Amino acid sequence: MMIETRKLGKIYHLGKTGYRALDDVNIAIDEGEMVAVTGPSGSGKSTLMHILGCLDTPDEGEYLLAGENVARISGDRLAAIRNRRIGFVFQSFNLLPRLTALENVELPLLYAAQNHPGTAAAKALEKVGLAQRMSHEPNQLSGGQRQRVAIARAIVTNPAIILADEPTGNLDSKMGDEILALFRQLNREGRTIIIVTHEEYVAGHCGRQIRIRDGKVV
Amino acid sequence: MLWIILKVALKSLLANKMRSLLAMLGIIIGVGAVISMLALGTGAKKQVMQRITSMGTNLLIVRPGGDYRKGIRSTTVETLKLTDAEAILDKIEGVEAVAPLVTARAQVKYFNENMNTTITGAPLTYITMRNFELEKGRVFTSVEKDHSARVAIVGNVVAEQLFGSQDPVGERFRIKNVNFRIIGRLKAKGDQGWFNPDDMVIIPYPTAMKQVIGQDFLNEIDVKIKEGMKLDKVEKRITRLLRQRHRIRMDEEEDFHIRNMAEIVAMASQFTQTFTFLLGGIASISLIVGGIGIMNIMLVTVTERTREIGVRKAIGARNRDILRQFLLEAIIISGLGGLMGIGLGYAAAESIRQFTAYQTIIELRSILLSITVSAAVGIFFGYYPASRAAKLDPIEALRYE
Repeated sequence: MMIETRKLGKIYHLGKTGYRALDDVNIAIDEGEMVAVTGPSGSGKSTLMHILGCLDTPDEGEYLLAGENVARISGDRLAAIRNRRIGFVFQSFNLLPRLTALENVELPLLYAAQNHPGTAAAKALEKVGLAQRMSHEPNQLSGGQRQRVAIARAIVTNPAIILADEPTGNLDSKMGDEILALFRQLNREGRTIIIVTHEEYVAGHCGRQIRIRDGKVV
Repeated sequence: MLWIILKVALKSLLANKMRSLLAMLGIIIGVGAVISMLALGTGAKKQVMQRITSMGTNLLIVRPGGDYRKGIRSTTVETLKLTDAEAILDKIEGVEAVAPLVTARAQVKYFNENMNTTITGAPLTYITMRNFELEKGRVFTSVEKDHSARVAIVGNVVAEQLFGSQDPVGERFRIKNVNFRIIGRLKAKGDQGWFNPDDMVIIPYPTAMKQVIGQDFLNEIDVKIKEGMKLDKVEKRITRLLRQRHRIRMDEEEDFHIRNMAEIVAMASQFTQTFTFLLGGIASISLIVGGIGIMNIMLVTVTERTREIGVRKAIGARNRDILRQFLLEAIIISGLGGLMGIGLGYAAAESIRQFTAYQTIIELRSILLSITVSAAVGIFFGYYPASRAAKLDPIEALRYE
């Protein structure tokens, strides 16, 4: 099992009343799967993604990432897990302005204290088909190209899991298709891919769907 | 790693050139002020020291009246006599020379020009003891002294005021309506603050005592100490001798006091040091204000780049990586500001030297101090914004618009 959660729960406190964002969530995702997490807004899918991505920790239950329980660890160790095991792709790309494509892709390697970030970053950019655009800054690239740079950044540390939050939300359908094709290719190479989306069309490209409603898996 | 962080920091500074410059401005002005004020203080110290040592340092100055540092000293004490000076020279070991002096303010006159100046009745030794040098002419001979000759050596201020560009040597003028012949002109020494050795006329002391001032007591005895003798030891011997001569009982205060040139040097040194600290202290306040300016800009920067911080954390930056990045940016701002401030301080010190009478000296240690302090200001005032950045919650930061 690449990802397994047991009775996962998350409670937000708004004044005196607690609000249960996640309640008894049990999911299991195998290595090499491509899974869509769907649900209407406010369903708790973002909270789930944050926990699966180790950006947040659950209040209840266990989260086993490749067999290791990461539900109770925090801070720098969590940052290290994000760095090595998880690649993030965001809806709004979140590239750093003023840095070139290559420098953006190098960033995760900097925090991994790797010696030659340039070569690995260049390879990642080649893989997403942007070998010719390495020295371009984000504002010189199209939306689709920016998302490819973001994907290159997500795979540069060679993580087992890619976590994408509405990766096609800011793209037109042609560019969106290209990005989905890229995810499928990465999936064929053995990476576990989780896409959070509310579009049926995107979810349809994934092997399996996990539907969330009111903080529960349905 | 460090290089990329540095590059990111520099790029973000360059992207907001105007803002970065404004943030640096406080530090630039602060460091500039510290450098130029310390240069001014150091220059003043050197100047004062030069002038004091130009009066001779191995000197004891005996004056009539008790020590005014302990109370009020009466102005006309007639206790110090010529025989006291002779006794000091004859009986005390370690004394190389003595100069009995009488002084008074008096009117000097040359045709229509007249002024008030200090008349010093002195022996020949006075000129060498006080390191006076002649610009032109000669000093008086011992024959002239012994015969109370009416010859005078004029100081620079007197020469300029009475004679203008004319050469005073060889001219005749009047001191208190007594005719004198000018035989020499002193080289200028510069104002010492408490008295101006250039505003003076030197005449033989017998002439002064009998013909000009008309007093049989001395205003001062300068005692030059032999090389290698301790000033305070000789001072004690002189005190003992004079107490004896003046018949002062054990329980009575002395009717004279002795000033030690080394003491005066130490006092002036301490004073100018305090002056330098004061100037530097006031200037460093602006450095603190500059630091607050940096903190302000860094807080704005952190808020503006919240999303960037979120992204960095999502891809694996630890809190200390973020802290280090923003701290480095603050240090770069204050460091660059410090460098520019050194340039500004140098320019300011240089123009003070050029356009005013003050001397300025920039010491290496004040430059090193400024670099260290500006880096420290960067760390101190950059720490709070940087730690705010480091503590941001990644999820909140990623959501920030």
